[in-house]
Amino acid sequence: MKANVMAQSLASLVVGAIFGFGLSLSGMLDPARVRGFLDIAGHFDPSLGFVLAGAVAVSGLGYLISRRLPRPALDASFHLPKRKDIDRRLLIGAAIFGVGWGAAGFCPGPAIASLALGIAPIFVFTAMMLLGVAIHDHWPETWRLRARKDADAQA
Amino acid sequence: MASLISQTYLQSLAGGALIGLASALYLLLDGRIAGVSSVVSGAIGASAKNQLRNIALLFGLILGPILYRLGFGAWPIVHVEAKLWTMALAGFLVGFGAQLGSGCTAGHGVCGMARLSPRSMAAVATFLVVGMLTVAAMNALGVS
Repeated sequence: MKANVMAQSLASLVVGAIFGFGLSLSGMLDPARVRGFLDIAGHFDPSLGFVLAGAVAVSGLGYLISRRLPRPALDASFHLPKRKDIDRRLLIGAAIFGVGWGAAGFCPGPAIASLALGIAPIFVFTAMMLLGVAIHDHWPETWRLRARKDADAQA
Repeated sequence: MASLISQTYLQSLAGGALIGLASALYLLLDGRIAGVSSVVSGAIGASAKNQLRNIALLFGLILGPILYRLGFGAWPIVHVEAKLWTMALAGFLVGFGAQLGSGCTAGHGVCGMARLSPRSMAAVATFLVVGMLTVAAMNALGVS
C-alpha cells in the first residue's frame, strides 16, 4: 500500500509537469490571452479554443481507453464522478467562477503553474484562491457533505 | 506575419494536446480526474490519505514553466494587467466558485467535456458566458 501511494504520487508529479509544460507552450499562462478569448466584442484571440480542442481530443482518447480497462494502473478502481443532474449549486458555482476567471484571466491551473515566474500579483491571486477553496470546504455541514462527495471524484 | 500567427495557434493546439495527455495519464495511472481545483482542495484538506498525491501534482504544475524555460531558453509570456484588488477578489471567486460548482476549466473544461458529462457541459457554458459578460462589463466601465 505504501509503495502504491509513492507510485501514485510520482505519477501525479509527472502528470503535473506535463500539464504545466503544456500550459506554458499553449500560451494560456498569459491572462491577456485568456481574456482575449472572452473578449468577443473587442480584440478576440481564438487561441484558447485551439488549446481546448487539443486537450479535449487527447483527453477523450484517454477516456475511451480507460473504459476498456478494469482498473487504472496504480489503483484498485477508477474514481469518476457519477452524477448527471444539473443542479443550482453547479450553475451558481460555475457563474461565480466565471466572474473571477473573466476579471483576472486566471483559473486554478495557470495560477499555480505561473507561481514559478515569481510575479507578485499572481501570488496574491493564488493565496486568495486557496482561501476561497478552504472557506468553501469548511462551510456548514449540509454543503460540506456534498463537497466531500464531489471532492473525490470531481466534475 | 500570417505564418507567425498560425504558428502561435499551432503552439496552442500542441500545448492543449499535452494538457490532454496529462489528463489521460492521470486517469489511466491514478484513475482520477485531473481537475486542478479539486487537487488544490485535496492538497490543503485535512484528509492525509490523498494529500501527497495532490501536493505532488501541484509541485509538478510549477515545474512545467521551469522545464519550458530549460527547453526554450525563455520564460512563457505573462502580462498581468489586472489591478491588485481585482486579482485578490478574482482569486477568491475562482477558488470558491470552482469548489461550489465541482470543477474548473481543467475538471469540467478538459476532463468533463472529454467524457461528454452533461454537468460539465452546463458548467463550461455557464462560466464561458459569465466570463465573456465580465470582460465586456469591465471594458465598458473601464475597470481592470
